[in-house]
Amino acid sequence: MLIDAVFFYLFALRTLGGGILTITRRNAVHSAISLIVSLLGVAGLYLLQHAEFLFAVQIVLYVGGIMVLFLFVIMLVNLDQAAKERQFNRQWMVALAAVAAVGAEIGYFFYRGQDTFRLGDVAVPAATAGNTEMLADVLFQEYLLPFEIASVLLLVAVVGAVVMAKKRI
Amino acid sequence: MHPVTTVHYLALSAALLLIGTVGVLTRRSIVIILMSIELILNAVNINLVAFSRQAHAVHGQIFAIFVIVDAVAEAAVGLGILIALFRNKETVLADEIDLLKW
Repeated sequence: MLIDAVFFYLFALRTLGGGILTITRRNAVHSAISLIVSLLGVAGLYLLQHAEFLFAVQIVLYVGGIMVLFLFVIMLVNLDQAAKERQFNRQWMVALAAVAAVGAEIGYFFYRGQDTFRLGDVAVPAATAGNTEMLADVLFQEYLLPFEIASVLLLVAVVGAVVMAKKRI
Repeated sequence: MHPVTTVHYLALSAALLLIGTVGVLTRRSIVIILMSIELILNAVNINLVAFSRQAHAVHGQIFAIFVIVDAVAEAAVGLGILIALFRNKETVLADEIDLLKW
């Protein structure tokens, strides 16, 4: 139990620290590296909660896929000019105040509703299969239609990205 | 030391959501704004997995998979738009793109 808590705080620190660095760095490549650190922290949190399949997906898809895409675009788009200019827009104080208000609200709700998060003891089903096997059972039996719709969405996104990034079709 | 409960994960997720929102609202560079959106989607995923763990069911993780699929589609289309925009306007700063502003 203690080792769980230690790992939770380690990964939480990693996630939040990486997130803060992501939104404050001037150089876009540094931001992307910090975001990778943050995403790896989230992957560790998945592993702590016994979501092994999501842990693998997070590393392969986010760190291996999306972040490489980001780094390629940062190289394609010349960001040197933008790095010399102002990094935050003029309304940043208003934005910070609004976000702080929302944060205070969420914190208050957590403080007041802390006890109601216990949803009652759910009977723990005996684990008959691994995490990936259980996910596959549910995904392909109960969520088959959303799964197919997601594949169509990805197809549309691929076509859209190619159409927009290409000079002449 | 208190044992780690669902509330801890929810608090962490809320903090990550707020960090991402600050990034979206205050940064000028579109690349950083897209990265902040990824942070927000990850905060949602932490919530879903935490509740999935608490309910001893994998349905929350299925939803997290769909959120990841959406994040991938969003990143691909968003970066495509960014490249097209940079080709036409030579800028990546969100507040200098005011074609629709009269």
